[in-house]
Amino acid sequence: MNIGTLVRTARWYLREVSGESLYDRYLEHHAAGHTGEPAMTRAEFERWRVDRGDTDPPARCC
Amino acid sequence: MPELNVSNRSGLNLRSVLLWSAVGLVGAIAWGVVALSRGERISAIWLVAAALGSYAIAYRFYARFIVKRVLRVNDRRATPAERLNNGIDFHPTDRRVLFGHHFAAIAGAGPLVGPVLAAQMGYLPGTIWIIVGVIFAGAVQDMVTLFFSMRRNGRSLGQMARDEIGPVGGAAALIAVFAIMIILLAVLALVVVNALAQSPWGTFSIAMTIPIALFMGVYLRTLRPGKVIEATVIGVALLLFAVIAGSWVEGSSWADTFTLSPRALVIWLVIYGFAASVLPVWMLLAPRDYLSTFMKIGTIGLLAVSVLLAAPTLSNEAITKFASSGAGPVFAGSLFPFVFITIACGALSGFHSLVSSGTTPKMIQKESQIRMIGYGAMLVESFVAIMALIAASIIEPGLYYAINAPAGLLGSTVQSASAAVNNLGFAITPEALTAAANAVGEQTLVARTGGAPTLAIGMSEIFAAVFGGAGLKAFWYHFAIMFEALFILTTVDAGTRVGRFMLQDTLGNLYKPLRQVSWKPGVYATSAVVVGAWGYFLYQGVNDPLGGINQLFPLFGIANQLLAAVALTVCTTLLIKSGRLKWAWVTGVPLAWDAAVTLTASYQKIFSADPKLGFFAQASKFSAALEQGTVLAPAKNLAQMNTVVTNSLVDGVLSVLFASLIIIVIADAARVCYRTYRSPEPLPSTEAPFVESRILAPAGLTSGGDDRRETASSGTDRPPT
Repeated sequence: MNIGTLVRTARWYLREVSGESLYDRYLEHHAAGHTGEPAMTRAEFERWRVDRGDTDPPARCC
Repeated sequence: MPELNVSNRSGLNLRSVLLWSAVGLVGAIAWGVVALSRGERISAIWLVAAALGSYAIAYRFYARFIVKRVLRVNDRRATPAERLNNGIDFHPTDRRVLFGHHFAAIAGAGPLVGPVLAAQMGYLPGTIWIIVGVIFAGAVQDMVTLFFSMRRNGRSLGQMARDEIGPVGGAAALIAVFAIMIILLAVLALVVVNALAQSPWGTFSIAMTIPIALFMGVYLRTLRPGKVIEATVIGVALLLFAVIAGSWVEGSSWADTFTLSPRALVIWLVIYGFAASVLPVWMLLAPRDYLSTFMKIGTIGLLAVSVLLAAPTLSNEAITKFASSGAGPVFAGSLFPFVFITIACGALSGFHSLVSSGTTPKMIQKESQIRMIGYGAMLVESFVAIMALIAASIIEPGLYYAINAPAGLLGSTVQSASAAVNNLGFAITPEALTAAANAVGEQTLVARTGGAPTLAIGMSEIFAAVFGGAGLKAFWYHFAIMFEALFILTTVDAGTRVGRFMLQDTLGNLYKPLRQVSWKPGVYATSAVVVGAWGYFLYQGVNDPLGGINQLFPLFGIANQLLAAVALTVCTTLLIKSGRLKWAWVTGVPLAWDAAVTLTASYQKIFSADPKLGFFAQASKFSAALEQGTVLAPAKNLAQMNTVVTNSLVDGVLSVLFASLIIIVIADAARVCYRTYRSPEPLPSTEAPFVESRILAPAGLTSGGDDRRETASSGTDRPPT
C-alpha cells in the first residue's frame, strides 16, 4: 500500500466514522427517492441530524 | 467485488495449522508464566501475550463456532439495514466503520475502574476473569444479543424481554435498566469527584471542557456545518492546551477558585447534569461526544503502544491475602464472588446489551459480520481492562493502598496513611507518599479512591517511560485524569438524558403530556428526578465515613451483572424458542455463572453477619451503638453515625431489590422455556421474515482468505426455518 492509498483510506474512514459523510449519503438517498422536493442544504441537514439527538440520545456505556 | 472461491472448504491448510499452533503456543507459555510465577516480578508483556493469544484463538474458533453452528447466520438473508434502508437509522454500514461506532458506544470508564479496584486481590484473579469471562460470557452476550435483535429489526432488549418472556419479565427488565442507570451514574460521578477534589489542575482542565464543547457546538451549528473532523481537531488541541494550562493555574492566584471540596463538586456536577439534560444536544452533548470519543480511542491506542514499548514490571502480588480473607480495604468480601462483581465491564457487562440491541443491529450489512462487531469489539474492551489492570499493578503495593483505602482508615495526613498501610502489612514512608504526590503535581494522594488517580499514576509511569521521562509525569497524570473524567462526564450527560426519556415514557402512561419531549415542565421535572436520584447516591458516597466507593461499587457491579443476567436470559430463551435447545448452554452456562455470582454477592451483602460486608449487619451495629450514644470508628460524631445507618439501610434495600429482580426474570423465563419444551408444536417465530439479500460484503476485517470463502459458502446455505 503506498502513501496515497493510505491517506485516502484514512480520510475515508475518518469521514465515515465521524459522520461527515452522512450528508453525501443523504443526497444519494434523496435523489433515489424521486420525490421532486428540493434536498436540504448542508446546514439544514446537519441541524436536522443533530437535533434528532434531542429525542433520541446516543447510547453511551460505562 | 470479492472474488469467489468455494474450493478448500475445510479451511485446514498447512499454513493455517502452523499459524494457529504458534498462536496457541505463545498464549500457553504466557499463561504459564502469568499463573506460575510466585515471589518474582514478571513483565506486563506476559499478561498482554496471554490476553492476545487467548482472544485470537477464541475469535477464530469459539466465535466462529457460535456464528456458524449455533446461530447459523445466513448471508443470503437481507439484514434490516438492507431491507429498511432509509439512509439514516437503517443503513448498511461498512463493517469497519460500524466496529468503530459500536466500540465507542460500549467502551467507557467501566473497564478502567473495575480492574484497578480488583487489583486488591492481586493481578492473577482479575486477569483470569477478564480473559475467560470475555471469551465465554461477555463477548458471547454482546454478539448473541446483537444477532437476535438484528433478526427482529433492531428491537431493544426491553422489547425482546416483553415479547419473549412476558409482561412480568419485561417490566422487571425495565426497572433493572433504570436502576442500573442511576447507580452507574452515581458511581461514575463519584469517581470524578474523587479525582478532582482538592486538585485545582484537574478541576480547571475539566471545567475548560465545557466552554470548549460550547465553542465546538456553535462552530458546527453556524460557522462550518458538518465539519466534524475539523471541529474535533480544534477541540482536542484546546483540550491539550487546557491540560497544560492547568499547571499554570495551580501555581497562580486562581488555584483557590479551582480547589473544590468533594461536597462542592457534587453540587457542581448535579447542576451540570441537569443543564446538560435540558439543553439542546447540539450545544453540549454532541460536541462533547466527539471530543470524548476521539480522546478515548486515541488514548487507548497510545496506551497499548506504550505498554508494549515500556514493558513495565508488575509490583503487585499474583494473589494477595485479601483474596481469601475478604478483609481488603478497597472493597469488602472475598475473591468469590467479589472479583466477578468488581470487574464487570471488560469481562461481562450487561449494559452492552442495550447497545447491541440499539443502533448497531440496524446498521449491519451482513449477518456474518456480527462476529467482528459484536464479539470483536468486546474483545478490544477486554484488552482495555487488561491494560488498566497492568497500570494498577505496576504501582508499589504500599502506594496503591495509600491511594485506595478509604479516608476513614487512612486518616488525612501522610503520617497516618503510612501507619495505616503498615498495619495492612505493606510499606510506604510518609516521605515517599509526599514525593509521589509531588511527582504528579498533586497536593496529596492519600485516600484518592475511585480508581481514576491510581490509573492515572500507572498510566503516567507507562507514558513517561516512553515519552518525555519523569519530567512529564505530572502532565501525563493530568492528561489521564482528563481522559477519564471527560468521558465519564459524557456518560453522565447521555445517561441522565436517557434516564429522563425512560421516565417520561413510563410516566407518560399515567399522564399523557409527560411523554412529549417538547413539554418543558415535564422535561424539567423528569430531569430533576433523574439528577436527584443519582445525586442522592453521589452525595451519600461523598459523605459516607466508610468510603463511598467501598460501599457503592459492589452495588454498581451487582446492578450491571443483573442486566447481564436479563440479557443472557433473553438470549437463552430465544435459543430454546427458536429450536436451538441443544445449543442453549452457549448462553445458559454464562447465565448460570452470572446468576451464581450475583446472587451470592447479593446474599452476602444482605445476610452476612460481618458488619464490614453485610449492609444490614452494618446498619444494626451502628444503630445499636447510636442508641448507647457511642461513636464507632471510622465515624467521628453522631451525625456521621446516622449517615452510616441510613446509607447501609438504603444500600441493603437496593440489594434486595436487585436480587429479587434477577430471580423474577429467570423464574419467569424458565416457565416460558419449559412451556416451549413441552409444546408439541414449535412456537411461532418472532423473527422478521426471510428476504433475499442483494449485496455482497466480507465478514471480517480483511476481504481476503477465510472471509472470502465464508461469504461465498454461506450463499449456498438454506435459510433456517
